[in-house]
Order: sequence, then C-alpha cells, then structure tokens
Amino acid sequence: MMTIVYAVVLLGGLGLIFGAVLSFASKKFHVEVDERVEQVRACVAGANCGACGYPGCDGFAQAVVDGKAPINGCSPAGAKGAREIGKIMGQEAEVSEKLVARVLCQGEKGIAKDRYLYDGYKSCASAAGLAGGPKDCRFACIGLGDCQDKCAFDAITMKNGIAVIDPDKCTSCGACVKACPRSVIKLMPLSQKVIVRCRNSDVARVAKASCMDACIGCGRCKKTCQHDAIVVENGYARILPEKCTGCGECAAVCPCNCITVE
Amino acid sequence: MMKKTFKRGVHPLHSQHGGKAPTRNLETREYVSDTVIISMAMNIGAPATPCVKKGDQVLMGQVIGNANGFVSVPVHASVSGEVIAVDKIPYLGNEPVMAVTIKNDFADTWCELKPLGNVEQVDPSLIIPAIRDAGITGMGGASFPTHVKLTFKEGAKCDTILVNGAECETHLTADHRLMLENGRRIVDGLRAAMRATGVEKGIIAIEDNKPDAIQAMKKAAEGRQGVYIQALRTKYPQGGEKQLIEAVTGRQVPAGKLPLDCGVVVLNTGTCAAIADAIIDGKPLISRITTVTGCVRTPSNLKLRIGTIVEDAIGACGGFSQEPGKIFFGGAMTGICIPNIYVPMAKSTNGIVVLNEKEGKSKEESPCIRCGRCVAACPIGLNPYLIKVAADKSDFEAADKLHVNDCMLCGSCAYACPSRRWLTPSFKFAKDKLAAQAKAKGGAK
Repeated sequence: MMTIVYAVVLLGGLGLIFGAVLSFASKKFHVEVDERVEQVRACVAGANCGACGYPGCDGFAQAVVDGKAPINGCSPAGAKGAREIGKIMGQEAEVSEKLVARVLCQGEKGIAKDRYLYDGYKSCASAAGLAGGPKDCRFACIGLGDCQDKCAFDAITMKNGIAVIDPDKCTSCGACVKACPRSVIKLMPLSQKVIVRCRNSDVARVAKASCMDACIGCGRCKKTCQHDAIVVENGYARILPEKCTGCGECAAVCPCNCITVE
Repeated sequence: MMKKTFKRGVHPLHSQHGGKAPTRNLETREYVSDTVIISMAMNIGAPATPCVKKGDQVLMGQVIGNANGFVSVPVHASVSGEVIAVDKIPYLGNEPVMAVTIKNDFADTWCELKPLGNVEQVDPSLIIPAIRDAGITGMGGASFPTHVKLTFKEGAKCDTILVNGAECETHLTADHRLMLENGRRIVDGLRAAMRATGVEKGIIAIEDNKPDAIQAMKKAAEGRQGVYIQALRTKYPQGGEKQLIEAVTGRQVPAGKLPLDCGVVVLNTGTCAAIADAIIDGKPLISRITTVTGCVRTPSNLKLRIGTIVEDAIGACGGFSQEPGKIFFGGAMTGICIPNIYVPMAKSTNGIVVLNEKEGKSKEESPCIRCGRCVAACPIGLNPYLIKVAADKSDFEAADKLHVNDCMLCGSCAYACPSRRWLTPSFKFAKDKLAAQAKAKGGAK
C-alpha cells in the first residue's frame, strides 16, 4: 500500500517542480512575436514558390512586417491578398494589374517541323543542348515539361508537344519563366487578350520552313492596326498592351495564324 | 613486365571485341567528297572568324577563318575550289555556328607551304607557333587547342608527355590504324612536342588488345631519344586523360586540377601525327582518319577531309545496311548523337557510328536497387546513384557537393547499371545547369 503512496507522491512532486520551472521559464524567456507576422502569413498563397525572393512564405511574412518587402510582393496572393496585407499593416496596397504567364509558341506536333526524334533525358534544357533542340525552330517550346515540374499551382499541362497554361490557375509567380531554357514563357497583363504567339527572329524563309505558324514579320498586322499598338522588331510582331484595344483585326489578317484573341 | 591500368572501370561490348572487329584489319582509304562544310567553331574556346566570302576561289590549306585570341585556332580550307556559302548552320550545340561551304574542284592545289624540316633539327621556339598556325586541336574528342596545352604557365613543371593510343572507346579503330600505318609520324610529332617544351620523356601508351600496334610503335620508336612504349591492360575508360595518367605514371590528378599540375601532358596519337605534318611538311590540319562503322555496308577507316558531310562518308562505305536508328560522332560510350546526316564532321570526329532502330532505342529506366555496381565502375570514385537522385530532383547544390563536376561523362556507371538508370544524361544535365548558374553569378558580379 505504502509503495503506491510513495510513487504517487514522488511522481506528483516531480511533476509539480517541473511544471513550476517550465511556467517560470516561459514567462522569463518569453519572445515577443509580432502577431502581424501570423496574420500576414495567413493572407499569402502559402505555396512556398519563392517568387517574392524570400525563403518561403514565412520569410516573406516576416520581411513584410519588418518593412523590407513590399506588401504587394506576393504575386500568387494577387490583388486580394495585397489588400488584406495592406489592412493588417495599415497601408494602402498599390495593387498592380494581375499578370499571367503566356506561352508564346504554337508549334504543336504537326505544325512545327521536327528536326529529330528526341530519345534522351526528359528535360527541355537537355534537349535544347543537343543540336539546337528536337524542333527545327530554335525558338520553339520543346514540350518536355521543365515548366510543368516547377509550377507549384498545377497550372501547366503539356498538350501535343507544347505547354499550355491555365490563366485561372496561374498566379504569375514566374517559376516557369525561369525554368524555360528557350524563354518561350512571358508574364503579360491578364487584360491583354490579343497575343502574338511566336517569337521566331529568323528571316522569313527560315522561320516559315521550320514552322507553319511562325511569325514572318510581314507587318500586315501593323498596317491593319488603327491604334499603333503593334511593333515589328527582330523579325516578329509584338503587341503593346497599353495601346491595344482588343479589337482583334490584326488576328484576322495574319497570314500565319500566329495572333490569337481570347 | 606487368601491364599497367587504373582503378575500377568497365569492359563495354567485351564479347564483341568492343564492336571493333569489322574495321580492325582494314587499311585506311582516302575519300574526298564533292562539297565540304567547314565549321568555324571546331575548338574549345573562341570560334574563328571567317575571312573568305561567297564566290572566292580558295586553295587547299588556305586560311579561311582567323583565330580569335589565345584559346582559338585558325581554320583552313580542306579542299581547293570555290566558296559557295558563308552562313550560319545548326550544329551539335545549342546555338547555330558560322560555317564555310566549299565546292571541290578536285585539283587539290596546295597553297604555299612553309615546312620547317626535320623535327630533330628545327628551332624549338618555332614549333608551338607552327602548331597554332596549323590549326591543331586535340583530336581525341575534346578539341582543346594543342598549342595552349603545350604552353606552360610559369612555374609549372612537366616531366612526361603521354601519347594516348589506348583507344578504349567501342567501335573506333582510327587511332589503331594510324599507329599501324603511320607510326613514324606519331613519334615525330611526339619528339617535336618534347623539344618545344623541353620535356625529356615521352611515353606512348597502348592497350594490349592492339598487339600489332604495340609492335609497330616499338619499331617506329627505335633509336628515338626518350621515347618509350607502354602496354596497358585493356579497360574502359583508359583513354580518359586522368585515367591514362593514373595507369601509366600512378599519379592521380586532384579534383579540379589539370594534368599539368602533376607534371604530365597528354596528346592524342592523331594530334601527334598532325604536329609532325605541320612541322615536316608545313601542312595544316585538313584531314583525319575517321572510323565509319555500324549499320553500313562496308565498315571502314576513311581518311576524310575536315568538313566532309556524314551523308557522303556513309555513301563512301556503301550506304546504310539497315534502317538507321541513331547516328553519333565518336564511340558508343561518349559519342554525341547527330540530328541528321547532313551534318559535317569536325577535327575531333574520330568515328561515325550508325546503330539500327533496335540498338538505338533508349531503354526505360527502372528504380535503383542499391547494388553499388555504379560505384564499383566509376573510374573517378564518385557515388553515381546518389548524384542521380540529386540531379533528378534538380538539387544541383547537393549534386555539386557530391562532385558531379569531376564526372567526365564516360558512361561506365550507366553501362554497369542493371536497372538501366539514365545516370550519365542526368549528370550532364546537372553539370550544364551548374555551369549556367556559375556563368549567371559571374555575370551578376
């Protein structure tokens, strides 16, 4: 009987002593945590994509509270997130327009000519290094999915040999832009609906021989555009988003089907 | 005498004599094609700048591309005739390269040559400039300009020049034939290199699967000062620079260092013969022996002009004997696949190997079973299976810590792997990525 009493007293006593030490330590060595860090952390996208340039979402939240990072620095959280963070921080968020990643290539199988059948390591970067890539066009999307691997939001799929980005899922973190060895992916304003989907700067003869949908820099779109919103540089057309009204007349006259209207 | 070799390594295509049997006993034939496309970027370092234009008449051996800087060599016309194009062509690398296309008039008129005479009497200070002007680069595959290799930095000590006659790659017999047919030239070239650098000892290392070459070279080296022949036990990759040094001298080249740091310079047999041609006849490097084998009707060793198009070379061997699946420059272990048969060969193209569709198909990889055969095979002593995991996850920092940059992509690990893991391609991927990262960092500074 006494054995049980000793045990209860001893363990109970030890428990009380440790409890007292811990509660003292937690008060004495208390670290002041800015509650805003937690709140900001709750507002960001939470994908640890690294687009902001800080080590993960926690690093970004800390940097915002420290005043080192801009409150609209989390592009995946978008305008809504920036406004919420602005409320927490007591600042007005300067909300920039939502960007979205676009693939500037339409060189699907059958449209872009194959140079050879690639049978090697499944990476666009590796394929690009072998004789200028498996497609005849040296600007084309290779379609082995380096961008897909890097996308934290599952926004990229490979269809028919090129990458297709879902604008609803894209958060414009820019991971795919960095991953692409061909620089085929560009961040563009979501409002820009008319896009030249080619950036082949070879002369027209070479460009056309390598892909049916290659921009040959003929300039018909430029002549048709009534808003001066198109420039033809380095052998391909480019649309100036601030001037484009989205009328889509350029797409109708393009002989190579390389301008798309959403 | 006990035959020397290095640690680890493999025996690729051992049961088929390394694929060498069809071309081994055939004499080298000369073949000159109708048109040559001469790339300006055949060496490591800065590419040459073309100095001829469309419509020019050029003579054989005339300079058509000027060297840019120290680590660069001039390019010479390999045939006489008319320049029909100076244009950018897609080549084996990422970017298109400048190339000069010459239509052959089959007159083979040499431009004015400046021979320096006997290698034993020539002024040693003239040898290295002559090597540069002859456009000589390493002919074993890496295409490093030879004059740069032979120009020692101050304080560097070199006691041996090794001549690489190992030819450990599968399928290739070009160096073997050169040693049998033109052994004296190799010894002459070696002596020229020795005299230019003041090195006393030159060793020609040959694997023991070529006993006739060992005999021929022994005969050629008779009475030549400081030239020795060393037989090596056959193993792959004995022809790798660092492995050859380990096999012959027992010295190990430390990670990230050059062979010169342990007192050795390695030259290829083809390079030595080219040096001899440049000194004795004043002829620049315009042709080389290339093994054309695999699925061709008559596998042969051809003496080809630099810039010969693969289609012509295969035509000279009777065309394809089966539907081709993969064609590559070099042997089966380290060769580079070419995109089509309209690609010209370069100074370093020691072989053109054609595989049929079945042989050429890459095998699906299966999971690693941790057997460790790759570790046992790696001649450098790396952990290939670990590097592969890091490279596949794009964790290049971890791959760097596992010394992926010391990997020379010999393919021994991938050959030994029973799971057919794609080890070597992933290492190349990691190395390229690390090089790009280092370049970006250097640019940012």
